Amino acid sequence: MTEIRWHSRAGQGAVSGAKGLGDVVATTGKEVQAFALYGSAKRGAALRAYNRISDEQIFDHAKFMMPDYVLVIDPALAMTDDITMNDKPTTKYIITSHLSKDELIKAIPALEGKEDRVYVVDCVQISLDTIKRSMPNSPMLGAFVKVSGMFELDYFLENMKRVLKKFPQKIIDANMEAITRAYNEVK
Amino acid sequence: MAVEFEVNEREVWDGNYAASQALRQADVDVVVAYPITPSTPIVENYGSYVGNGYIDGEFIMVESEHAAMSGCIGASAAGGRVATATSSQGFALMVEVLYQASGMRLPIVLNVVNRALASPLNVRGDHADMYLGRDCGWLQVSAFNAQEAYDLALCAFRIAEHHDVRLPMMVHQDGFITSHTAQNVYPLSNEAAKKFVGTIDPVDDMLDFSRPVTYGAQTEEDWHFEHKAKQHKAIMDSVPVIEEVFAEFKALTGREYKRVEAYDMEDAEVCIIGLGTTVESARVAAKEMRKEGVKAGVVAMRVFRPFPYEELREVLKNVKSIGVTDRSSPGGAMGAFYNEVSAAMMTSESRPLVTNYIYGLGGRDISIENLKTIFKEQQANADAGHITTDIQQFVNLRGPKLGFFKSKRS
Repeated sequence: MTEIRWHSRAGQGAVSGAKGLGDVVATTGKEVQAFALYGSAKRGAALRAYNRISDEQIFDHAKFMMPDYVLVIDPALAMTDDITMNDKPTTKYIITSHLSKDELIKAIPALEGKEDRVYVVDCVQISLDTIKRSMPNSPMLGAFVKVSGMFELDYFLENMKRVLKKFPQKIIDANMEAITRAYNEVK
Repeated sequence: MAVEFEVNEREVWDGNYAASQALRQADVDVVVAYPITPSTPIVENYGSYVGNGYIDGEFIMVESEHAAMSGCIGASAAGGRVATATSSQGFALMVEVLYQASGMRLPIVLNVVNRALASPLNVRGDHADMYLGRDCGWLQVSAFNAQEAYDLALCAFRIAEHHDVRLPMMVHQDGFITSHTAQNVYPLSNEAAKKFVGTIDPVDDMLDFSRPVTYGAQTEEDWHFEHKAKQHKAIMDSVPVIEEVFAEFKALTGREYKRVEAYDMEDAEVCIIGLGTTVESARVAAKEMRKEGVKAGVVAMRVFRPFPYEELREVLKNVKSIGVTDRSSPGGAMGAFYNEVSAAMMTSESRPLVTNYIYGLGGRDISIENLKTIFKEQQANADAGHITTDIQQFVNLRGPKLGFFKSKRS
């Protein structure tokens, strides 16, 4: 079982990101779960979204998890939310930030000692450049594909096109570019 | 003529979407609705299927849940296939009319996305609304995941509309934990679903003007009791139809449903009994307990009404200690589910030890570790031969440990 926790603000697309990821993962024959936890649903409020991925049917419906991956798609939440909560010695962190990895780790004491498991990518800037608005969920998926090695990039892009098929071609293309850029830029 | 809606063999759907797809595939004639969180997307999606021409149905928005169920009654009495969805406060407002629907023997299907009842206001899942519907004279089934919310919604039309049943039916799923959690769902093709559900063959439909009928007549002490007894008997007698429909569904899909589900129970000495998603989490906990040498199993109430007393006794006959989980505030008594399981076991030969766990109110999480603790306490009871804890306890509750009632057995 692979477990993923997303840290996001309502409106940044973590729930859609988690569901989109689940959708693509399911096409590989795996079983998936995607859900979110939020208080009153206000744009900008902090929320957490979750994925479980397994070769077998997923029976665990608890919200509690010890994540294998923590995906932070809001730069400020990396500082203010408890992103290392219930982590494991192997948990990998992918964090949206314009800071370098060294600067970021210096700013977040909880990440000390986990340097080799921290990855940084500026999903906000990438989405501003490609999708033309702050929508950091798509680029985060690209970064996750790279860090996890769960898929080949081309395979993931093909399947994401299917997930996004209800959108106009322009938006699909922009998302594909965002995913590809984050895949290449995550460090 | 409706436009074909494309479904794949494997989808990633949440429970709400799955239930709405079942309504679409079942060709529901009328949905009368007043949306409420967390069940809103079920009726919202149905409305969009109508609006986009995917289904030749009627979607009627009304001013309250009371009106929604009233509208369902009208449409069902007219002879249509009718469904809606609700939760929590909406369900509570609907209660008066739920009794009317069952008393008139109208085969309405109600998707209940279970949510806590205020106050305090809370949109998250617990079973307070489901319990509120216990005595309404409806059939009730519990889905433990999105796939089951879909499957059981399809089965519900078959069961409710069967001429030997003619009773309304609720399909329950856990608010958010099922309704807003996307999981793999393997739907039937539109054609297979349509063939399975078939078309409604209404009885005493009011639109049959050649044969006028009256619905909702008054009976006082002369006949009221006989009507209610007949209604109760109809609920009890729905069992063969429920089993027949489940068997047919298994033949079609390979997915098997039983009125009482039993997991790892062949040699189990201790078990947890539950409803909803917690059943599946408990299965994970039972597997882990078995690695620690505890013969743990899980029993689940698939069909809550009619309550399967005999099947329950059979599946629990060799169990020494049972933890019954209630996801509803007991309000000054033992949990209602505990009482019902205890009533069944009181009249069994084995008379195992039965304790009550109140959990998950307002969406409070229940982890695998929490469930393992319940199993460990059952094992301690089984080893001691008597109940070693308070009979009623609270799982994952903040503050000092809370418990009530001591056993007089030793």
